Amino acid sequence: MLYRETGQFKTSYQADQAIFPIAQDRWFILGVLAFSLFVMPFLVDDYLANAVLLPLLIYALAALGLNILIGYCGQLSLGTGGFMAVGAYSTYKLVTAYPDLNLIVIVLLSGLITAAVGVLFGLPSLRIKGFYLAVATLAAQFFLVWMFNKFGWFNNYNMTGQITMPDADLFGIQITGPGAQPGVKYLFCLGFVVIFALAAKNIVRGRVGREWMAIRDMDIAAEIIGIRPMFAKLSAFAVSSFYVGMAGALYFGVWLGSAEPVEAFDINQSFLVLFMVIVGGLGSIMGNFFGAAFILLLPLLLKNIMVDGFDIATVTAKHVEIMSLGALILFFLIVEPHGLARLWQITKEKLRLWPFPH
Amino acid sequence: MLFFTETVISGLMAGVMYALVALGFVLIFKASGIFNFAQGVLALFAALALYDFMSPDGWAAALIGFPLPVPFAILATIGVMIALAWLIERLVLRHLVNQEGIILFMATIGLAYVLEGLGDILFGSDVKALDIGIPQGAHDYLFDQYGLYIEKLEMFAAATAAVLVTVLALFFQKTRTGRALRAVADDHQAALSVGISLRTIWVIVWSVAGIVALVAGIMWGSKSGVQFSLSLIALKALPVLILGGFTSVPGAIVGGLIIGVGEKVAEVYVGPYVGGAIENWFAYMLALVFLLFRPQGLFGEKIIERV
Amino acid sequence: MNLAKIKRVALAAVIAPMLTATASAYELVIPSTDYRTGPYAPNGIPFANGYSDYFTLINERDGGIEGVKIANPSCETAYNTKQGVECYEKLKDTPPSGALAFQPLSTGITYQLIPKATEDKIPVFSMGYGRTSAANGKIFPYVFNFPATYWDQATVFVQYIADQEGGMEYLKGKKIALVYHNSAYGKEPIRTLETMAEKYGYELQLLPVDHPGQEQKATWLQIRRERPDWVLMWGWGVMNQVAIKEAASIRYPMDHFIGVWWSGSENDVLPAGEEANGYLSGAFHAPGDDFPVHDDIKEYVYAKGKGKGDVDRIGEVLYNRGMVAAMWTVEAVRNAMKIHGTKEVRGEHVRDGFESLNVDEKRLEELGMKGFTYPVKITCENHTGPGKVALQQWDAKAKQWSIVTKFYEPLRDITGPLIKEDSEAYAKENNITPREC
Repeated sequence: MLYRETGQFKTSYQADQAIFPIAQDRWFILGVLAFSLFVMPFLVDDYLANAVLLPLLIYALAALGLNILIGYCGQLSLGTGGFMAVGAYSTYKLVTAYPDLNLIVIVLLSGLITAAVGVLFGLPSLRIKGFYLAVATLAAQFFLVWMFNKFGWFNNYNMTGQITMPDADLFGIQITGPGAQPGVKYLFCLGFVVIFALAAKNIVRGRVGREWMAIRDMDIAAEIIGIRPMFAKLSAFAVSSFYVGMAGALYFGVWLGSAEPVEAFDINQSFLVLFMVIVGGLGSIMGNFFGAAFILLLPLLLKNIMVDGFDIATVTAKHVEIMSLGALILFFLIVEPHGLARLWQITKEKLRLWPFPH
Repeated sequence: MLFFTETVISGLMAGVMYALVALGFVLIFKASGIFNFAQGVLALFAALALYDFMSPDGWAAALIGFPLPVPFAILATIGVMIALAWLIERLVLRHLVNQEGIILFMATIGLAYVLEGLGDILFGSDVKALDIGIPQGAHDYLFDQYGLYIEKLEMFAAATAAVLVTVLALFFQKTRTGRALRAVADDHQAALSVGISLRTIWVIVWSVAGIVALVAGIMWGSKSGVQFSLSLIALKALPVLILGGFTSVPGAIVGGLIIGVGEKVAEVYVGPYVGGAIENWFAYMLALVFLLFRPQGLFGEKIIERV
Repeated sequence: MNLAKIKRVALAAVIAPMLTATASAYELVIPSTDYRTGPYAPNGIPFANGYSDYFTLINERDGGIEGVKIANPSCETAYNTKQGVECYEKLKDTPPSGALAFQPLSTGITYQLIPKATEDKIPVFSMGYGRTSAANGKIFPYVFNFPATYWDQATVFVQYIADQEGGMEYLKGKKIALVYHNSAYGKEPIRTLETMAEKYGYELQLLPVDHPGQEQKATWLQIRRERPDWVLMWGWGVMNQVAIKEAASIRYPMDHFIGVWWSGSENDVLPAGEEANGYLSGAFHAPGDDFPVHDDIKEYVYAKGKGKGDVDRIGEVLYNRGMVAAMWTVEAVRNAMKIHGTKEVRGEHVRDGFESLNVDEKRLEELGMKGFTYPVKITCENHTGPGKVALQQWDAKAKQWSIVTKFYEPLRDITGPLIKEDSEAYAKENNITPREC
């Protein structure tokens, strides 16, 4: 009833190619954005920011990066944790070496450094495919973490091997460190996520994105019609790592504030982001947000319901939480193997026809 | 020289231990194209069940009044693994026929979570010392006479692995079910059209993988005690798998041996110069180098692509 | 999060059965951020049980601290830093008192909480773990890591070795290997051991083991080749069990193999069976359940069915460690009440309580813990206390740990400068001005 596009006529190609061609979608997204930008910052407290919103935004950004690689270009990667570490350590080195550098510039530079590393570890993709490619990226994962852990230069010869983010501010407002307001941290991350989600949406609709998808769907055919596989694959690795690197920078700098390579960037991190991508939907920008929300918030919700609502012992609650998460993943895969984004699309289709489905 | 021999032998032995885990992956991937992330958790689950059946505080003891002796406990665990395979097929795989590899991979992750939680709830999360009478410690004769150190548990594991691979090979080559399995591995649709039941085959394959997981669980569990960390051995099997090829049983063994020797020699002889603990990434780098020359793994089936 | 809900649950869990007219409405919230799941669960469970049981004992036997009940809400971290942060944020404002002290129970979580808790004015009691240089109270006012640090412990191990070899001068030319968990935790003792190696002339061999540590063949082959005179271990989780087993396999003499206090619990040695006999580890409290306080726990807690764990497992090393952590926390709260003259203490009051904590022999005896641990006195600048460490040895036949040495004094002339250097580097990096003491 409400969601119907009758009467919306497009009078230009531009309007036809808009990101959200349907007015309701546009209003909905604008509404969500306006709420996140103007209302949410006043609602967040420490818990909401540190346990819910910051991880959600940061992981969504990382998932966005990985989705570009897996969902759009079809190259399986399990090196996300390692690439996030590159972003985090770049931030740390930059911020301690140039304390006056603008924080936005630092995050972007960290992304760029990660992109370079990503291209390097993406080289084997020119020869290796599928699950076998995962090994190249796993090599990156283990090697990078080992390297950051091993060489003192990366942590400024700290005796404990931990890196700690110093307080840094942007235009006089403190962004990092424990003293920063949760609302400010949230807005800082939100800014990056919104801008780069829009950028990603546009990249994948453009020439480069189409090349990636051609490679994904059939690389040999793509090559025959004149797409350079080397450029397509390596650009996907570069863009993907750029996003992941920024996520790593925010993960360490804004959210955690201190990190140790072995735990903060271990292989589980890579798997976690991969889960988000698959559960959210391969080849979808919106899906990354759904996936991150599903994987991060569902356990939290289950836990809080069980522990606070029903007074179940924390340990039992944890076991049940893990089992339920697994069962729900299975359930959603069986219901809709193409992820939550697809489910969302189907819902929208249904809504268009509702209440007269025939 | 003696020490080098010892390093190589230790590497081979460790390789066998990795291969035991990798075998389970290969079986399932061969028959259904599923990269089974839950293999490590299956090994943990099997070891937990086995320990529980033998323990005086376990479920078996609670049910029949006394703990099961070792052979019966093993049989009971095999029963559990078969039941589990049946359940997995029934509740999960059946509904995911014909999906892409990555979706099935994700499904096995969901499965891993469920089993992880279930294992903890059913059997508790303490470290359990698993002792089913496998000899342990250095081999006395070799140690005293030649100063050569070889772990008895690992010799036993190697022998077990040899038996296991022989039995599996015979099973695949000589039995009717084995042939059906190979047919399914070759082509799902063709197999279906000659009257092979995909569902039965999947139950069988998962049962066999469950039994292999039990063997791996016993070997690793005897070494470190049965505990949650056992599920992490799957990570050790990944480079082996990639090196040997996802679809080859001999590949898993040979891959395991190469990775085992490679990483031990690297750690012992190169490690000290770069600060040690290079084993983990070295295994992957080694696999990567091999892959650059043979992108489908050492024994993997050649990928033929049509446009 | 609905705060009223948390409160209701806390009430239900802790004082509902004891709700009497005398119980005041104010409660002392001391949360447990424990881990009973995940790869380290076997070690986390006994500690968490000991920690919680002691609070229950205080509630049941004494009616709380000075008559004010303790609420002990718990949150599962699975030894994971991110979940630990979530737990901290969830529990820190628990009404009515707010969290009074955190026991983060993991190196990673401790590092997270140091700046956060300082900002929120809640003391962090990382007992014998976490950041060693937090011993410097001038720079870390809200962090306490008494009774001893990893660095203290490293100096004690070297002293013990010297004692066995005949004296410090006999260390020259000896070979000591350190097998360590390749993480911030495992790397803790390296600087101390290196500094001492320079001074006393022993040779240090470093052997990192990656998480989780199920495969240590290469490490132990190197030990077999180099044949170090002593092996020290900074291990955790499955790494401990495998290391002890591998050491037995290569027939390394167990009484020359010393583990950190996190590598010396029943869990670590039992899987190795008879062969673990004689293995040594550090300790700052006694094992076993033959102290009056254990009888009280059995009588007031377990007999009433309020124990968290299994009654047979009271007195395990890690259970006792949880208990002793709870004891010091309770004494700090008591001390805070005394200093500030109020029973309605908050986190910052408890910090003062920790800072002037003085649990002497007499007090230990009153608590039923005579000889259980040593007296601890904390000052404004020294947050790590006396730092004494003894060695305990495993008897595989009796399946029992027992303390076999005196409590060694740490070599503070070695660790002192290191602590100063590291904490000042932290202060500089984070623009902290050290306070005056």
